Amino acid sequence: MKSRALFIYALAYLAFLYVPVLFLPVFSFNNSQFIAFPLTGFTTRWYAALGADTAMQHALGNSLKVGLVTALLSTLLGLTAAKAVTQYRLRGTQAMLGLISLPLFIPDIVLGISLLLLLGLLDLPLSLAAVVAGHMLVCVPFALTVLIARFEGFDRNLEEASADLGESGWMTFWRVTFPLMMPGILASLLLTFITSFDEFLVAYFLSGTEATLPVYIWGQLRFPERLPTVLALGALILSVSVVLVICAELLRNRGVKKPMVGA
Amino acid sequence: MNFLSVSQVSKAFGGTPVVNAVDIAIARGEFFALLGPSGCGKTTLLRMIAGFETPDSGTISIDGEVMNAVPPHQRPTNMVFQSYAIFPHLNVFDNIAYGLRKLKLPKDQLRARVEAMLATVRLEGLGNRAADQLSGGQRQRVALARALVREPKLLLLDEPLGALDKRLRETMQVELRAIQRKVGITFLLVTHDQEEALSLSDRIAVMSGGKILQVASPRELYERPNCREVADFIGEMNFFHATVREMADATATVNAGLLGIVTLPRANLAPAIRKDDHILLAIRPEHVRFSDLNNESGGVAGEIASATFLGERSHFHVKIAGRSEPVSVSGNAAPQGSSVSLAFPPENLIGLTSAG
Repeated sequence: MKSRALFIYALAYLAFLYVPVLFLPVFSFNNSQFIAFPLTGFTTRWYAALGADTAMQHALGNSLKVGLVTALLSTLLGLTAAKAVTQYRLRGTQAMLGLISLPLFIPDIVLGISLLLLLGLLDLPLSLAAVVAGHMLVCVPFALTVLIARFEGFDRNLEEASADLGESGWMTFWRVTFPLMMPGILASLLLTFITSFDEFLVAYFLSGTEATLPVYIWGQLRFPERLPTVLALGALILSVSVVLVICAELLRNRGVKKPMVGA
Repeated sequence: MNFLSVSQVSKAFGGTPVVNAVDIAIARGEFFALLGPSGCGKTTLLRMIAGFETPDSGTISIDGEVMNAVPPHQRPTNMVFQSYAIFPHLNVFDNIAYGLRKLKLPKDQLRARVEAMLATVRLEGLGNRAADQLSGGQRQRVALARALVREPKLLLLDEPLGALDKRLRETMQVELRAIQRKVGITFLLVTHDQEEALSLSDRIAVMSGGKILQVASPRELYERPNCREVADFIGEMNFFHATVREMADATATVNAGLLGIVTLPRANLAPAIRKDDHILLAIRPEHVRFSDLNNESGGVAGEIASATFLGERSHFHVKIAGRSEPVSVSGNAAPQGSSVSLAFPPENLIGLTSAG
């Protein structure tokens, strides 16, 4: 009896999580511009409309650019910081880690407004570069968390062995540290890319005339006739996200199985 | 000129001295062991020679060149790590070839050199094996091959056999010695296993508390330890308190309490010992003899407390009057009954300063 109740609870929970999301693909194929039941027929015209929407494609391009640059920079900063934190005894490490993670606990809207004020004070223009800077504040803590976990299982003797075999610090990094850290680096790239791609508030405040995709979609919601096109776009993004998350999980599991200590 | 010279080297971690004014001189081609209990500073000394730690004071030079400021990747040394540190993302071949990149050898020459090294450590045909598919003994061989293939001037081995089981350890001891003879490279081994040090090395330095206690050949270390700590650490030893009565040119007479008055060769006493000194007389279990109870003079009466049959010989603990600690006796003749008499041949007694 008890297990039956738990089963129903679990089902309800999953439904709550995923039914709203499933409306997206369902209505994106519905042959009506009104989002309401009953469904009126199957169509792909909203997807066709996407192909013709150059403004939307430009926004998508902006989002990809911002996402890629943010992911690369955050992961690079995260990698060097994680190596320092795990492999050297430094003073103030804990305080440093706390400060780096703090932006995660500041509401994005506060972050967005403060960055907007800062840009104004410095007389800098609103731009995608400003969005990247804002996104990095949020993404570096994620990258750091993923990479510290990876470094903690790393056998320092391997780097010493490489030095002993004649390789300098830089070559040791490329030949030993980097390949062994690869699963962690990829996981960090995916996580930070998705975080940046998703982000709305900071981008809304800082992007100026160059809208990112979430900002563009927000703008489209004022026009009811554009809504089905937005749904089609949402459905596409959803499927790409699902694929990316599955990839990230597979990578993470492979990383766990493959030992990093000297065999 | 000494090949490896460690001179007045000291190192402290957080104010605690770990290596304390150590001097070592090793000749080219020698198989040298640093032997001591864990925490005696031997691994720190090895890591300073490899360049992973910097001495606080003193100099380390190899083949006439001072190494203190030379980083590990530019030293003419290679190391076999205790954990082996085999690169897990590379196969056996690439692990061994790792240190040859700078030589920029043509592919066939590189292959020939790695294959030859695989043969030396008897891993022929295992080049494609992944690092995580190797047994403990194979890992040990890969670590050795990876270091030797660079033809270092000095090979450093940090407890190389410690992770292997007893049978494999004995096989690898024989092989390690054979490989060293074959390649002719100077080996410096760090170990806490006295048997390993005795069977492998030309000379041994016994370390304790960051200091070198004695440097000698295995036989000399066993037969003429210079202090109680060395005598205790290498094999088993019986100790008796004694006082020096007379010192002649070739002999010394001591009052050894339970053993009576004993005259022994003066060469058996530590050089620092003077007349009237309180000293320790030491004797190995295999040198103590069972003598006939009534027949021989100088015998000490005792009771066998325990006897252990060890195959080629037996080990006895013998209680004697006036001494709480039993005397260890080792031999192949088991006495009749439990009442025995023990004889301590003077030529096998060693006199040590009692402070040591």
